[in-house]
This record gives sequence, C-alpha cells and structure tokens, in this order.
Amino acid sequence: MNYIGEHLLPGQIGHFFAVLSLVASLLATIAYALAFRTRELTDKQSWIRLARGLFLAESISVLAMFITLYYIISHHLFEYKYAFTHSDRSLQVEYLLACFWEGQEGSFMLWSFWHCVLGWILIWKSKEWESGVMMVISFAQFCLASMIIGIYFFGNKVGSSPFVLSRNEGFFDQAPIFKDMMTGALRADYLTLIKDGSGLNTLLQNYWMVIHPPVLFLGFASTIVPFAYAIAGLLSRKHEWIKPTLPWASFSAAMLGTGVMMGAAWAYESLSFGGYWAWDPVENASLVPWLTLVAGLHTNLIYRNSGYSLRPTYFFYIISFILVLYSTFLTRSGILGDTSVHAFTDLGMNVQLLLFVLVFLLPALFLYFREYKTIPAIAKEENTYSREFWIFIGSLVLFLSGIIIISKTSVPVVNKVLGTNIAPPEDVEFAYNQIQIFVAIVVGILTAITQYLKYKDTSKAFFGKKIWVPTLISVLISLSISLFADVNYDKKGPGFLFAIHMAIFASVYAVVANALYIWKGLNGKIKAAGASVAHVGFGLVLVGILISSSKKTVLSWNTTGITPLQGDPKAKGNPAGDPAENITLFKTVATDMGKFMVTYTKDTLNPLDRKRYFEIDFVAKKGGEHFKLYPDVIKQNKGGEGFSANPAAKHYWHKDIFVYITSFQENNREDTTTFRNREAKVGDTLFYGNGFMILNKVEINPAELQRKVLPGETSLFLDMTVISKDGRRYPVKPGIALKGMELRSLPDSVLSQSLVLKFNRVLDQNTGKLEIGVKESGAITDLITLKVYEFPMINVLWLGVVVMVLGFVMSIRQRLRESGRGALRVS
Amino acid sequence: MKKTHIIVLVCIAAAIVVLISYTGDLTTYETIASAKEKEGKFVNLIVKLDKAQPLEYDAVKNPNYLTFTAVDTLGNNIKVVYHNNKPTDMEKSERLVLKGRVQGDHFECKDILLKCPSKYKDDPKANKNVQAAS
Repeated sequence: MNYIGEHLLPGQIGHFFAVLSLVASLLATIAYALAFRTRELTDKQSWIRLARGLFLAESISVLAMFITLYYIISHHLFEYKYAFTHSDRSLQVEYLLACFWEGQEGSFMLWSFWHCVLGWILIWKSKEWESGVMMVISFAQFCLASMIIGIYFFGNKVGSSPFVLSRNEGFFDQAPIFKDMMTGALRADYLTLIKDGSGLNTLLQNYWMVIHPPVLFLGFASTIVPFAYAIAGLLSRKHEWIKPTLPWASFSAAMLGTGVMMGAAWAYESLSFGGYWAWDPVENASLVPWLTLVAGLHTNLIYRNSGYSLRPTYFFYIISFILVLYSTFLTRSGILGDTSVHAFTDLGMNVQLLLFVLVFLLPALFLYFREYKTIPAIAKEENTYSREFWIFIGSLVLFLSGIIIISKTSVPVVNKVLGTNIAPPEDVEFAYNQIQIFVAIVVGILTAITQYLKYKDTSKAFFGKKIWVPTLISVLISLSISLFADVNYDKKGPGFLFAIHMAIFASVYAVVANALYIWKGLNGKIKAAGASVAHVGFGLVLVGILISSSKKTVLSWNTTGITPLQGDPKAKGNPAGDPAENITLFKTVATDMGKFMVTYTKDTLNPLDRKRYFEIDFVAKKGGEHFKLYPDVIKQNKGGEGFSANPAAKHYWHKDIFVYITSFQENNREDTTTFRNREAKVGDTLFYGNGFMILNKVEINPAELQRKVLPGETSLFLDMTVISKDGRRYPVKPGIALKGMELRSLPDSVLSQSLVLKFNRVLDQNTGKLEIGVKESGAITDLITLKVYEFPMINVLWLGVVVMVLGFVMSIRQRLRESGRGALRVS
Repeated sequence: MKKTHIIVLVCIAAAIVVLISYTGDLTTYETIASAKEKEGKFVNLIVKLDKAQPLEYDAVKNPNYLTFTAVDTLGNNIKVVYHNNKPTDMEKSERLVLKGRVQGDHFECKDILLKCPSKYKDDPKANKNVQAAS
C-alpha cells in the first residue's frame, strides 16, 4: 500500500548507510588487526591502506547518516518516528540539533561521529601505532554501529534505528482516527492528519542542550584513545605509546571535565534541581571516568619522568574507558529508573548495552593480567621525598574515590543482580559528601606540596625552604575564610564542619602553592606552567564547591506567618524539617522575604520561545538595592499538562541570588459575586469566609489618602484590619468622598483574600452605625509560589573550571612541542 | 613489602570500610503494609496516586503543604503529607517513589520522585493527544 505524502527516500538512504557503516567498521577492524599482526613492511602497508579505505567508508557513512537524520528532523518529516517523538514545528532552529541528541540513537551517532574525527587525527599522527590503535577504535565503531542498526538477528532485536517509520512502530494502532473505516487498516492519507510532532522535552529546550552533549560526548569518545594505545601496547609488549598518549589524555580530561561541568552549569542555570550538583547517578557516571582518567594522566607523567608506575598507568587508562562504557549502560538501560531524574528512556537494549561493556572489559582485563609481569617495573621502591611517590598516592586516592562513587551509584544494578530491594540512603548527598570531603582534603594538600618535590629525591632543606611560604599564606587565607566568612554548616555535626574547614584549607593551599610555583618554581615561564595552571583551577573549583554548598542559604523561608495551621515547620520534632522553602506571592502584593520585599508584578508570554516570564521585583530592606528577576515556565509537552520551570539568577561577583517558580495559579474565572451589606461600628468584628476583620476607626480627610480624593471633596475612610484564618494581617481602607449631595465610593481590596470592601454610608450618626459592603469573589487572584536561594562564591567554581581547562590546553601544547623534539625522558 | 604496597592495601581497605559503612545508610523499598510495620523508619514506597481521593494543595493557605492518598500495587493505601510544593504534573504520573517515614496515621514524605509516561506508543493518552492535534 502506498501512503500519500511520505518521504521514504531519506529513510532508505539512512538504512543503507547504517548497514554500510556496520560492515565497513567490522572490515576495518579486521584489516587493521591483520596489519597489526603482519611484520613484513610492504604487506603491512597494503593492509593499512585497505583499512584506511574502509575507515573512510565508515566515516562517510556516519556523516551521511548524520546529515540524513538532520534532514528528517529539520524538514519535519513526521512519518519518521525520530522526528515525530523528538521534534515539532514550533522549535527554534538551534534546538533542531538538540532534538538530534535527545534520543539514544542520535547520541550514539554523535559518539560515533567523534570517533571518526579522532580516528583521522590518529591516522595522521600515530605513525607505527596506527594499526593497533585504529583496530580498537574501528571495533568500537562497529559496536556503536550495531546500536543504531535496528535489525532482527535470530529473533533478537539488535540496535534501535533512528530511521524507522512511525506507522511501523505501532504509533497509530490505538487511534481510530487514523484507520480506514472499511478495512481497519491505516488510512492512505494519514500524514495529512499529523499536524505536528510531540516536540522536544521542554526541560531540554535550552541552549545548554545544544552545546553540552557534543562536548560531553567528545570527552567520552576521546577516552578511547589512551585505552586503544594501552591495548596496542599490551598486545605488542612495547611501551613507548606512553609519550604520544600524554597530550591525548590531557585533551580527554579537559573535554570530559568541561562536559561534566557544562552539565553542572546547565543544572544550575536552567533546571530547577536547586543546585549544580546532586550526586545524581547520571552525573556520577560521567564524573567517575574523569577521576580515573586524571589518575592515569598522573601515573603516565610519573612513568615518563621516573620510570615508575607503568602498570597502574595501563590499568587506569583501561578502566577509564570501561567506566565510560559502564556509564553508558547505567544511563541508557533504564536500570536507574527509580534513582535518577534524568536518564534516557529504556529502549529494550539492555543485553546489547551490557555486551558492549563486557566485550571490552573481559579481553582488556585478560590481556592486562596476562601481560602484567612483562610490563616493566622498577624493583627499588620510590623515595618518600620524591614527586613520583606522592603523585602516585594522589592518583590512587582519586581512583578509589571514583570506585566508591560508582559503587554507591550501582545500587540499582546490585538490586537487579541479587534481586534485593535496597534503596538509596535518606540523605543521598551527605552519603557522598561525608566521604568525598576527605578526598578533597587529601587531594588538595597533595596538589599543593607535590609541586615542590622533585622526581627521584628532594633534599629536605630544599623542600622546607620552598614550602613554608605557600603554606603560611594558605593558612592565613583559609583561617580568615574560616573565621570571617561565617562558614557554619552545622546540620551534620561539628565533625563534618571541621572537615569542611580542613577542606577549605586544602583547596586554598592547592591554589596558592601552584600559583606561587608558576612564579617561583618555574620563574614565570608560563609556557611550561600548564600543569600548575590546571591545578590552580582545580583548587578554585574545590574552593567554589565548598563555600557555595556549605553556605547555600534559602531566602524564601516561609516567614510570612502563612502556616500556623500546620505548626512551625522549623520547630523541633516536626518531621517535615527543612523544606518550607516555598513562599507565596500574590500579584502586585509586596511580601516580606527576609532581606527583601518581593513583589510579583506581572507576567508575559513570549510567543517566540513559548515561555511565560514572571517579573519578580526585589527591593532590599536595607541599602535601597532594587532589581527585577525573570524566572519563567514553559508548558510541558509529550502528554504533560503542567509546566517546567527555568530559574533566573541575579549575579554578583561574590554570590548569586537564584529564584525559580514552583507553581502558579492564574485567575481567569469571571467574578459573579455581589456585595453583601453589613452593619458595624468602630471596634466591631465582622466575619468573612476566610477569617475576620476589625473596624479600628473612622478617619476624616486623612492626609496619606489625599491622592484618592478630588479637590473640594470631603472624605471619610474606615481604618480596618483584615485577619485571615492563617494569621496574616492586611490593613485596608475603604472610603467615601462627598461633594455636596454627590457621593463617590472608594472601595479597597485585599487581593490575596479576594476580598473587596466598600464603605456604603453612615446609618446612624448617634450610635456610629455604618454600612459596609463586603464582597468575597470566589476566584482568587493570580499567585505564584517560588523558591529563592543564595549561592555565595559560585563564580569561583566557574572561574576554576575555565582556569583548569586553560591549564589542560597549555599542557597539551607543551607536550606536543616536546614530542616534536622527541625528548623522551624515561630513565 | 614495599611501602607503596602497604599504602595501596591500606587505601583499598579504607575504601572497603567506607563501602561497608555505606550499606548501613542504605534504605529499602517497601510496600505500604510493610512500611506501616516499620513505623518511624526511613523507607521508599513505590506507589500510585489514588485519584479517587482528594489531593489537597492550596498555595494561598500554605505553599508547603500537600496531602494526598497513595495506593500501592497490593491495593493498600495511606495518607501522605508532603511539606513542600506540589510537584508539577503529579496527577499525570504513572508511578511515584515516595521517600520518608510512616508517622502515626500518615506517611511523612521528604521527597517525591515522579515517573511520567514518556514512551509514546504505550500511552493511550498520548495517542489521544495526537488526535487532538489532528
């Protein structure tokens, strides 16, 4: 049957290249393997030529698939499932790329694409290592190609293709409108009924979604280079690969680090997770390979400079790539379901994903242990006063910290394997923090002192002479932070607070010692200072994390007295404990929020990005500071009827004020209620639906309300207080203005109580009886609830990330220059 | 034995101790019935929102007070009190993971994780939306 309006060609092209990519990468693996085994030079050369040709075919296929899928998304061809489920017509152009990697298939393709780019650089640069390294990479390409092939192999589905048609995936099975009345089959013109796709998840409609995945996947993809060199080294029992790998490992660490921190920045800036890091499994899964990779980078340096630590270098590089694969398994298999907020959805490929891990893990471990004895190691142990000894300790701590994090993250896997029903601890973040704070202390101090140690041996006098200046400065700086910055995070007891102060010292020490080392130790030779700059950045990251997390304060503590019915949420014994963090703002009503008076002034709907922006006006009680913030919400798609919130932040150099909407209610009901007239005299109490009001006194021509009155009028105002059930007090002054026989009513209202009061007339001059019109409209006014946080020193964290990446780039340049000169300093 | 070996072993031992102590912090997934037996113990419940019962949240009265009834797969139900804002789209979620403890007659919830229907074809409601769009 032919369906009207379908574009089948792009899908056929896509499928063709998917198959070609699978075949070409497999053949490239074989050709490279044969080239690797062949000793005879001309044969080897011809195998390599063949393999390069196949890798070229593979690269072209990946690129062609990339372009085809982008074509499908950008031309809104909703007959394709990928376009239908991940995009819609209203998306801005820049988000079309984000649609691309919203799904698993597109992100696998992105990964594959980076492997191709890296592969060509390796073919160009890696010389005699090409066959071994490219064999591993081509095999990884084969595995990735199998993830998006989407064919059935002996009844098992292999991969999930992005080029499948919606109608073949059962999308319209349950919707009778798409069916032909007579036959029950799909209507030939079904496409005319599909006006739009289901869109990109609103949480992901953000510029970070455009740039974060490519960088992170470049980080993931690049971890294969040290791994591939290590495998080639084990197979050939040659260990010179350690030199060309150093800049690669630095590059990988820089990219992976940037990718992870971009994710953190995204979470902080645009998602309502209330912070930049939550020890979420998805976050951990990308952090851990970075930790082990950095460990490997350091032992690699040790070996290059002293000949020690070759075995751990092999191990760390291997395990880093394996952990990348494992994190792929964790985030894509749906196994994290109940513990993570942002994993991919399950595509039913768990077995294949697990095989992807094992097919690299098992051979790599087998090779490593088989060749362990043949890897050279120095029998004499490291000197305690040597740089290599302490760098090794630091690497070991980083590695173990990674292992601890990933073990904790793997609880759902344990449940799956053992059939248990263990759940994360009550305070997940603290369970990580209480351990990692000590890692921060150890690593921070090691980062500081190791710079002042020399390889092989350092004279104690030299070390003592050099180290005391940075130590003294750091003690002074960190003491002043501890004493004056008011870091008093006492929720977890004095022990943890002490650890925080220790960690602040350690991280300040890392910054100061490395900064001084650039100046003193390297005599300001900035070109050689890549490592020190990266260390300064790392130290700054730690300082930023420590201060911003331990001093994060909630500004929106609900102090408005709006909650007496439920008791004080902060009171001891209240099981709710902390989270009374939402404050309610009624439109145009200024509300007291600690340091600020805040007002929700208006909201506007931006038709371009389909977001509703709320204008929140902040006026500081002291100092007269005044600013507006515009947090927004976007209506959810994909079957959701609610909205997702995007925070807004006011940035200062030393802190951020961070606000996001947690709910909003709009009043669009028509007001049909009428005034009811009540009698009262001064001192009387009147009840209304949600509380009562007191008539305090009558004021004649009050000066402060003169603006409401026209010249020549006499005015009479009632000074009243409305007290709602929840204890809030609202002053209100309805009045009348008289001019001769003309009487003008000046009603007043309590917006948040939807209460309008009107002073009708004086009933009896003698008894002081008055008539007051009371109107309670059923509809409440527009209101929002929001949370407001203050993050101090958050900019130190972001600055640290930038400095660290800069340091990595400098050291990559430095290594490349050195390797150009061929200066291998293995003793 | 070299001192690096000793340090490696000590560090690994420390890591193992840390992980073992972590198991002490771990909690469990429970059913409503078993959670009621373990009153006061921090547990995780995998439940559904009971749509027959009222969900109470009024930002005017108290933006930090949400109460609803949860029902688990065994059909037991319990009143849940959550001192925070109502998570967006809660009515739409197909499953809730509640973290907290049973206190007296209700479940005092500290955190709610929503599992929303995201797979299009399994969700008849989403298909209805397709029709609406057409």
